[in-house]
Amino acid sequence: MKAIYKRELRSYFTSMIGCAFIAFITIIGGVYFMVYNLYSGYPYFAYSLSGVIFVLLIAVPVLSMKCFAEERKNKTDQLLLTSPVSLIEIVFGKYLAMITIFAIPCLIFCLFPLIIKLQGNAYLLVDYSSIFAFFLLGCVFIAAGMFLSSLTESPVIAAISTCAVLFFMYMLGSLIDYIPSSAVSGLIILIIFFSLICALIYYITRNPVIAGILEVICLIACIAVYIVKSSLFENLVINVLENFVITDVFYNIAQNYIFDVSGLFYYLSLIILFVFLTIQTFQKRRWS
Amino acid sequence: MIEVQHLTKKYGKHLALDDLSFTIEKGQIYGFLGPNGAGKSTTMNIMTGYISATSGEVLIDGHSILDEPEKAKKSIGYLPEIPPLYLDMTVMEYLKFVAELKKIPKDKRSAEVRKASTLVKLNDVSNRLIRNLSKGYKQRTGLAAAVLGFPDIIILDEPTVGLDPKQIIEIRQLIRKLAKDHTVILSSHILAEVQEICDYVLIISKGKLVGSGTPEELEELSHGKDSIELTVKSDADTIQSVLDRIDGIQNVTWRNQGAGSCDLLVDTSKSAQEVCEDISIAFATERIPVTRINILKATLEDIFLELTESSQKDEEGETKR
Repeated sequence: MKAIYKRELRSYFTSMIGCAFIAFITIIGGVYFMVYNLYSGYPYFAYSLSGVIFVLLIAVPVLSMKCFAEERKNKTDQLLLTSPVSLIEIVFGKYLAMITIFAIPCLIFCLFPLIIKLQGNAYLLVDYSSIFAFFLLGCVFIAAGMFLSSLTESPVIAAISTCAVLFFMYMLGSLIDYIPSSAVSGLIILIIFFSLICALIYYITRNPVIAGILEVICLIACIAVYIVKSSLFENLVINVLENFVITDVFYNIAQNYIFDVSGLFYYLSLIILFVFLTIQTFQKRRWS
Repeated sequence: MIEVQHLTKKYGKHLALDDLSFTIEKGQIYGFLGPNGAGKSTTMNIMTGYISATSGEVLIDGHSILDEPEKAKKSIGYLPEIPPLYLDMTVMEYLKFVAELKKIPKDKRSAEVRKASTLVKLNDVSNRLIRNLSKGYKQRTGLAAAVLGFPDIIILDEPTVGLDPKQIIEIRQLIRKLAKDHTVILSSHILAEVQEICDYVLIISKGKLVGSGTPEELEELSHGKDSIELTVKSDADTIQSVLDRIDGIQNVTWRNQGAGSCDLLVDTSKSAQEVCEDISIAFATERIPVTRINILKATLEDIFLELTESSQKDEEGETKR
């Protein structure tokens, strides 16, 4: 793991991507800091940080796009996968290298609250905990980018798909307001969702009987529940999707000053999920 | 040492490997021979654990490459068809990285790297970026990475492709040197190469093992397929009547029937040497001068063509049915 970590880190700096990533985030963070905190005199750096999140949507795909896609394109994954190192070590080595790059601008941000403190009142606890939440949120984004990069051979496709997924994650909070809340629409969306799952099962197992039976069971169950108690379907989709609005955890800390421990665990579990999925992508190629 | 059992690999509907089984013993040079697309690289990629097989098993020193990948991979050094090089590293950095990847203990690492790079004569370029190296040096860097740490089994996929003749000779010498205490498996579609360096040849065609043995054994397979070239100073009818009395003659091809002398080619059904002796005695007793007699041995090339073509014909036959 150490060998891969060191090589990745070095390659981020020799290829300029690492330097560009750090510079980009630091400069944008610095601009927000200057405008909101230094000129307008707002004492919370956490507020400026909320603006920097948008920058991650562009910067993270650039950082994560090449991690597996380029290896596959250049066939260097052949070296890694035929060496006596486990898949977990390969994936973690690469992930930790990306996180290390991302930690550098976060550490630089740690200086900003101290600068505010020099000028007067500062709220260090809020600022530092929101920098920490910002770091974890970035780690979630990087893990998602790494997973998407492991699916493709082309770094460009990896970058674009990561950008799209991150944008969706970022916008989900605002998009939720446009989802219909009536019981009938909840039922329809649920049925479409189950049908998609059944289609996926069919795609994986190639067994029309199992997929068909599952589809029928889901249909009957949904309609039966709807007839018995239709109020269950009201706001159903909105309630479920609200749990996936991951930026809320950060905004709670940065803007409402609520330190949401469960939210941080939610970030951690998302990171673990994406790392796990990345490992599984490689396991799948190794097994038939 | 390596056991490959009933390996099958399908790419969608295309059958790349079809129930391939063989065993590899310690301390010899094995050669995979086959036309393009025969499944040589696929077999090697499965043996090294890079891709999965659709069914079948590979055991390396008794460790399955699927269930105990780390133990199995530890005893393999692999040079794929395209050397897996990181272009943004120098040769030395790359070899040190590979050494660490192969879990060579820290105190031995730089000694091992030096040993490998001296062996493939890389010392002159050790501080250059891999991006800027020529094809030959890139190939050597890949080879150095494969032999690094001197694992028991060294697998080389077409190691001499794209090299100049001098480099080819050097790499062959190197392979022979390595074979003294390692098992070397290499693939090639060049017959002369396999014939020259391999102790044992596995001929693969259309994903099937169509023949295996030492190069001598394979040539032996062709016994009865040798032929004899003759130039006899006599007319065709007399020659034919003499030849009719000799056993083991399968077919006579008349090449040139001049007035006083004939060129002919005799296919034999038993040892060409014996038939050749019989022919010379027979003509001598008739007092007919034989001005030229020459045994044409079937080469590995003939066997290769015969084996690979016959497997192709089988396939065509099957599809027709």
